[in-house]
Amino acid sequence: MYDGWKIIIGLLVFVGFVTLPFTLSIGKDYIKVDPKIDTPEIQKLPSAERKCVESKEFMRKEHMKMLIDWRDAVVREGKTLYVNSEGKSFNMSLQNTCMQCHSNKSKFCDECHNYLAVKPYCWDCHLEPKEDKKEARR
Amino acid sequence: MRIDRRQFLKILGIGAFIGVGGWSMFEVVSKREIEAFVERYKKVPEALQAKRWAMVIDLKKLDEKIMNDCIEICHRIHNVPALLNPKEEIKWIWKEKFKYVFPEMKDEYMPEEIKNKYVLVLCNHCENPPCVRVCPTKATFKRKDGIVMMDMHRCIGCRFCMAGCPYGARSFNWRDPRQYVKEENKEFPLRMKGVVEKCTFCYERIDRGLPPACVEVSKGAIVFGDITDPNSEVRKILASNFAIRRKPKLGTKPSIYYLL
Amino acid sequence: MLELVLKGSQRYWAWVIFLMALIGVGFIAYLYQLKVGLGITGMSRDVSWGLYIGQFTFLVGVAASAVTVVLPYYLHNYKKYGRIAVIGEFLAIASVLMCMLFIFVDLGQPMRVLNVLLHPTPNSIMFYDMIVLSGYLILNLLCGWVILTAEKKGAPPPKWIKPFLYIAICWAPSIHIVTAFLYQGLPGRDYWMTAIMAAKFLSSAFASGPALLVILCMIVRRFTNFDPGKEAIQTLAKTSAYFLLVTIGFYLFEVFTAFYSGIPSHQYSIIYLFKGLEGYTKLVPVMSICILLAAIGVIILVTPPLRKWEVTLAIGAAATFLCLWLEKGISLVVGGFIPNPFDKVFEYWPTIPETLITIGVWSVGFFVLTLLYKIAATVKEKAIFDKYGEKQVKT
Repeated sequence: MYDGWKIIIGLLVFVGFVTLPFTLSIGKDYIKVDPKIDTPEIQKLPSAERKCVESKEFMRKEHMKMLIDWRDAVVREGKTLYVNSEGKSFNMSLQNTCMQCHSNKSKFCDECHNYLAVKPYCWDCHLEPKEDKKEARR
Repeated sequence: MRIDRRQFLKILGIGAFIGVGGWSMFEVVSKREIEAFVERYKKVPEALQAKRWAMVIDLKKLDEKIMNDCIEICHRIHNVPALLNPKEEIKWIWKEKFKYVFPEMKDEYMPEEIKNKYVLVLCNHCENPPCVRVCPTKATFKRKDGIVMMDMHRCIGCRFCMAGCPYGARSFNWRDPRQYVKEENKEFPLRMKGVVEKCTFCYERIDRGLPPACVEVSKGAIVFGDITDPNSEVRKILASNFAIRRKPKLGTKPSIYYLL
Repeated sequence: MLELVLKGSQRYWAWVIFLMALIGVGFIAYLYQLKVGLGITGMSRDVSWGLYIGQFTFLVGVAASAVTVVLPYYLHNYKKYGRIAVIGEFLAIASVLMCMLFIFVDLGQPMRVLNVLLHPTPNSIMFYDMIVLSGYLILNLLCGWVILTAEKKGAPPPKWIKPFLYIAICWAPSIHIVTAFLYQGLPGRDYWMTAIMAAKFLSSAFASGPALLVILCMIVRRFTNFDPGKEAIQTLAKTSAYFLLVTIGFYLFEVFTAFYSGIPSHQYSIIYLFKGLEGYTKLVPVMSICILLAAIGVIILVTPPLRKWEVTLAIGAAATFLCLWLEKGISLVVGGFIPNPFDKVFEYWPTIPETLITIGVWSVGFFVLTLLYKIAATVKEKAIFDKYGEKQVKT
């Protein structure tokens, strides 16, 4: 191998650089993600109605795809009603449906999105509910 | 057959390219199929339906106050920013002097009060819209009811539609509009910088069973209806009055008619 | 062959670093544009395209003009172009790259650029523009690279490349025709809505491209041992001269149509550009310079002694190139938007950040061009004789 030592040093530097996120976090606290769904709006609901448009598991996995499908249905096809798996219908609107219950964007959306470093651009245009400043900072 | 390192790397590269490309194509295609399968989206029963929406604006009934009311309500409910710099202004519906709205009708002997009369202008929701024709992403498209819609999520901001529109009805967000929206309507979104926007004929109201907001506050100066329906009010007015449209020779077939 | 770009004289490195600095400045300006929005440019709701799209349009022409070298060489076996065919092809590569970058910096939402592929829309001319531009880039990369590699090995180019050469020749005009269609199919923009647009685009491309090649050949000859050949340069100059005359003719046809027909809407843009409209005259000086440069270009390129003397030839080629740059790179786009659909005049002038971004993109083009020419010149210096047995290096 020509210039073998140069290649090996280069490789070592590369490996060291790539593993930086791991080596730097040795000994640091593990960040726990803790999204909250305990908004006053949800608390007020009778317990029988205290559920989302679809099951928790479905929403957790598919909410991003669902929001995109809702968006296309409303904007491109003029359809505004979503009929869920139980036959109940909802007005498809991030601002006017989702965030009416989940009025805690910082704890409901940002908590996980920040952890995963995903930056959906929803809030560049859509208006988020006003949150209690103290609540948001916590 | 022996292959040297150079060939090996070439094959590896091409293989990776085909693999990743093929896989992502599969992703796209399979996603399409799922979308087609799900039919969970419905119109509300009270949604207004038409084959082609149209408007008749009666210039005799329009006065300064009605025009300002129309502009005010439209721009307020749609969170249209109040950018005062004419370079960056965003306008969904606005007033313009007759001689500028109908430049080909300009005549030196036309009475001053007509020449300088203010006229309400908005997107014409053309039957044959050049903006839709030129849009490279279908971000602007024609709905089944004739409304020329904007999908602000999809717009890449190439501004081809602005060059294509012969009516100057389209505005571009030259900067982030948020700080220029005085009071936000919580029920409607804003826009982000870098996308084109325009009047959408209040699609969000039509889909809920309400006429466009400007029609509601116009005190009868603006009539709205389905132009394909011979019994609609719009058709009745057009059958008995002389109405004009902007730049008819371009063949765009505007859906906005003006009564003199 | 790529390693050839890493070995060069001090002058070479100084030039490369200078270009990189300009790219850096342009990039910083672009980051500013990305943050604030396109409001930092001189564009407005009335003149919604400006310098960027103008440069794009102009450079598509420069890219297409490679055909003026490639066609005589490959189709008519014009041997004098044997040495510079690759110079033309590499210029096309750098130009197409700049075109793509200019489109990109013009977008309001550049992150969404792939929407064009995700939602392909065949009724939009932009869709075809994307196809022809990327196709042309690939074709020129392929042809230029394969032929140069063969030359390095001292072997004739492989046979399989021939069909690609012929496709590239047919492809070249298509990129500029499609670009003209972007403009000439728009209702209500009378300055653009003319069938001669595509023809005028091609002719001005075949004038400005060879003019640039004349200058580039002179530069290559001055700074490397590779000699593109006096006759090749003279033929380029003649091509440029003919097409410059044709372009001026086409422009005058436009003027005749607009003014003899007497239709005001067809005249407004032309009046605005050359005389000013309603007291707005920002582009009048630009157009005056343009006319002056056109006159210089015509006089020098058409008069044989002036064309043959290389000092005046350089001036004439530069004048032709700049004249057509002013016409197509600035006045064509801006003029089409004035007056606006309400027959009102809102003027346009580029801002400083916009100019810096434009310079940055041009620098990217020249950077790529420098590297490609470095490779080509080094390969050709080593080859000494071309395949027709003529000396490639200066004696």
